[in-house]
Amino acid sequence: MLSVTGLDVHYGPVHALKGVDIAVAPGSVTALLGANGAGKTTALMAIAGARPVTRGAIRFDGRDITGMRAEDIIRLGIGVVPEGRRVFASLTVEENLAVAGSLAADKAVSAARRAAMMERFPILAERRTQRAGLLSGGEQQMLAIARALMAAPRLLLLDEPSLGLAPLMVDRVFDLIAELKAEGLAMLLVEQNVPLSLEIADRVAVLANGRVSVAGTAAELGESEAIRGAYMAA
Amino acid sequence: MDYVIQQTVNALSLGGIYAMLALGLAIVFSIVRLINFAHGEIMTVGGYGVFAATVFGLPIPLAVASGVFAAVFAAVAMERVAFRAMRGASVVSLLITSFAISEILKVLFQNGISARPKPIQLPAALSGSYEVGAITVGVIPTISIVTTLLALLGLTLFLRRTETGMAMRAAAEDFEMLRLLGVRADRVVAAAFALSGLLAGIAAVMWTAQRGSVDPLMGFFPVLKAFIATVLGGLGSLSGAILGGFFVGAVEVFSQAFLPDSLSPYRDAIVLSTVIAVLLVRPDGLVPAVKVDRS
Repeated sequence: MLSVTGLDVHYGPVHALKGVDIAVAPGSVTALLGANGAGKTTALMAIAGARPVTRGAIRFDGRDITGMRAEDIIRLGIGVVPEGRRVFASLTVEENLAVAGSLAADKAVSAARRAAMMERFPILAERRTQRAGLLSGGEQQMLAIARALMAAPRLLLLDEPSLGLAPLMVDRVFDLIAELKAEGLAMLLVEQNVPLSLEIADRVAVLANGRVSVAGTAAELGESEAIRGAYMAA
Repeated sequence: MDYVIQQTVNALSLGGIYAMLALGLAIVFSIVRLINFAHGEIMTVGGYGVFAATVFGLPIPLAVASGVFAAVFAAVAMERVAFRAMRGASVVSLLITSFAISEILKVLFQNGISARPKPIQLPAALSGSYEVGAITVGVIPTISIVTTLLALLGLTLFLRRTETGMAMRAAAEDFEMLRLLGVRADRVVAAAFALSGLLAGIAAVMWTAQRGSVDPLMGFFPVLKAFIATVLGGLGSLSGAILGGFFVGAVEVFSQAFLPDSLSPYRDAIVLSTVIAVLLVRPDGLVPAVKVDRS
């Protein structure tokens, strides 16, 4: 469904990604692990079209999306839950969802999806008229996920959805990810939480210093010490 | 007392025009990070739009529509021709681009139309005044105040209720995130420019109605005041721009009305000193903008 091959990204003089390969199969979850600064977020943002790609190819459903504009990539069916959640703090919960739903051709479709999100996330329904900036971290994460789902994506890119959340909230977020997976949504999950990621992922790639150091199925890597080593090393 | 009320009407009328111009600057700045020095020329185009309509003898409502339309067209065209190619450029590059556009348009007005003011004939009814008790109030200031309030109300509803309005508020906070939701950047930016042109067009109609003429520099001075208003209010903050506009208008009118004549050459100095004093106390402006900065 998603295949990234030989991806190179530069930030000015910094060579952030060096020949990275990542694949996500339909309905499956690929976890992208690695230490801070390994290039996980950069890889995810490059796939979403928000960072310029120097070399390599990104294909979504067989279509080359390398170098396309972010909004056009998203419209092909990719949802993004970014690092730090990035909800629109001064907009209400409902407005955050409405903005995300505005690309549905039909207003009724957007409204129906908004209603479905409110049903799925009762916390958001309770706070629908509150400004998103006033929500707790966990609630903001739910909103960020709900917002990404508004466009009914076929692939979801999640960047550290558990970061900075209370343990209870981390469990809820991962339950939600498991639910979405059961519904057949493919995901690329960037995470620091290795045990939970290995539990939910089908495939794993570990980034270190801008390269994939280890890759394989979650089952294989869960057994090996390699993943711990690679993870800690960088 | 009557004099105070009359001057208050004048202050609100002038402040409203500044507020609309400042709001247009703030809307564009909040989304594209562009301080548009050519905003004054958008207003001037609006003035010539009114002038063109009166030359052809069109009735007043059509002249108003022509002025507003001309300004909206100028703003949208400016974005499409000059600023779109500069998207993502540094604030300084954008600023210099807008200076260039401003100069080009001024020269075009001078050489293509006339360097001298073009008179605009308005019906006598508009230039009159009416009495409320013992107070004489001008018709045009009244229209100007009512129009400003309607424009501000309409803008608020637009930003709160419509999807485009919400997208514009979201873009002001975090434009990249908005694009990561699939919202088309070009459309949001075009809407922002159209809105700033609409407000400048309305301001241009009010301004020409009060001055009775239009010249190549017509937009320059009011927009200069509007710049001051946006900085005073908090650059990029919409409510700040409105507040700043009324504040600058009030200081200007009242300093002229109540200070001794000997001080009148210092009017602008007084306005600017007041602004500096406010900024010393509140460096981010009266109503600081909400902005998530990401590198």
